[in-house]
Amino acid sequence: MRIVLDRAKCTGIGICEALAPTVFEVDDNGELVVLSTEVPEEAQNEVTEAVEGCPTMALRLQS
Amino acid sequence: MSAATVRTEPRSLVVVGASLAGLRAVEAARKAGFSGRITLIGDEPHLPYDRPPLSKDLLAPGAPTDPVTFRSHAELVDNLGVQLLLGTPATGLDPDARVVHVGGEDVAYDALVVATGAAARGLPGTEGLAGVHVLRTLDDARAVRRALDEGARTVVVGAGFIGSEVASAARERGLPATVVEALPTPLARSVGPDLGTALALLHTRNGTALRCGQAVVAVEGTGRVEGIRLTDGTVIDADLVVVGVGAVPRTDWLAGSELPVDDGVVCDEFLRAGAPGVYAAGDVARWHNLLFDRSMRAEHWSAAAEQGARAARNAVSPAEARSYVTVPYFWSDWYGSRIQFAGIATNDGYEIVSGDPAGDEFVALYREGDRLTGVLTLNGQRHVMKYRRLIAQHARFDEAIAFARTVAPTRSATR
Repeated sequence: MRIVLDRAKCTGIGICEALAPTVFEVDDNGELVVLSTEVPEEAQNEVTEAVEGCPTMALRLQS
Repeated sequence: MSAATVRTEPRSLVVVGASLAGLRAVEAARKAGFSGRITLIGDEPHLPYDRPPLSKDLLAPGAPTDPVTFRSHAELVDNLGVQLLLGTPATGLDPDARVVHVGGEDVAYDALVVATGAAARGLPGTEGLAGVHVLRTLDDARAVRRALDEGARTVVVGAGFIGSEVASAARERGLPATVVEALPTPLARSVGPDLGTALALLHTRNGTALRCGQAVVAVEGTGRVEGIRLTDGTVIDADLVVVGVGAVPRTDWLAGSELPVDDGVVCDEFLRAGAPGVYAAGDVARWHNLLFDRSMRAEHWSAAAEQGARAARNAVSPAEARSYVTVPYFWSDWYGSRIQFAGIATNDGYEIVSGDPAGDEFVALYREGDRLTGVLTLNGQRHVMKYRRLIAQHARFDEAIAFARTVAPTRSATR
């Protein structure tokens, strides 16, 4: 599974980082950095939660 | 079977309130495998839509005024199998008979999630006066947007976050804007007086007049607002007055139900309200947050989303109920700057660990005793969630200060 980020929608609110800090990090410009585009095996649940919990619907998963 | 019979497996779920918490509730119930009847009741005619853009994107010139909806009618009805009752406010609850009154009808439930949100407080005596608005619903936002499009001289009553976003939207169009606050310092309850004053510098730096310690003694104009008169006698001319003086949990429809209400529906740590099968979520819920061992009500996006989901899961699978524990989090956008707050603002003191409260960026940490309880950032997007995690882990304040020294400072400090 790969994480697809829509930069036009993302505003760097950081809910994803709160849920899955090993995969998402917001930088000082408010830009989201996806630390691992492939979903790590051990972080699957958190990443799914982060994708579903994104306030601006900027994240999706692609197999 | 009598209504009082305890059923461990509910067969019907009713959710009252069709905003974010209500939507997340119906989604989570299905995700948890609940196959019974689900009814979603909302007073607005619109499908569930996102509220944060109402005071942000939607107010920008030329931006679409269609709501940001999460799911289409077909997705809700056909895919999730939700019966929608929109534009029809619930008017009462009978927890003994387990029915919700909607119009002249009774909707029966085994499990109920109350997610009726909060209503914006208005300015008494201004009902029916054109140009005076609160900003809570899509219809409110569209009215404010129309006024801004017409070039309104804007006065915001209350220096809170939503009102400040409106002032920001007015200034971004070059319109005159004034924020009036009755208390001596802005945002004192949300972030404390010092840092509230620091954030309010954004107003003055961006050309918005800020009048603190001034109450509105009169709203001038007949039929349409022309200005507001303050305690000191000043009259500020206005074509648009946006009242942002807080919100009241919408519990009026529960009168007579004997459900415990005290500035919100009183819930335990599982979001269980005081009647069998009844849960609450979102702005209307006052629940016991075990992380801070206190009762609180969080009027924030993330709390509404998470509580909606948790309340519904607990409601449809009470045997596997889990407590809702969180570090409250909210964000606000003013004049192109982002403010973020996580935790609770305490009175035991704070420390600036990065940046400058008089500048464009800072990170402030709040303490209660020797515990880290809150973090406020201005343009510190990289920092806020790291401290939020520390708060969730019950970190001590000195541990957080030590952590701060290991983190690269905000941009300004390196320039």
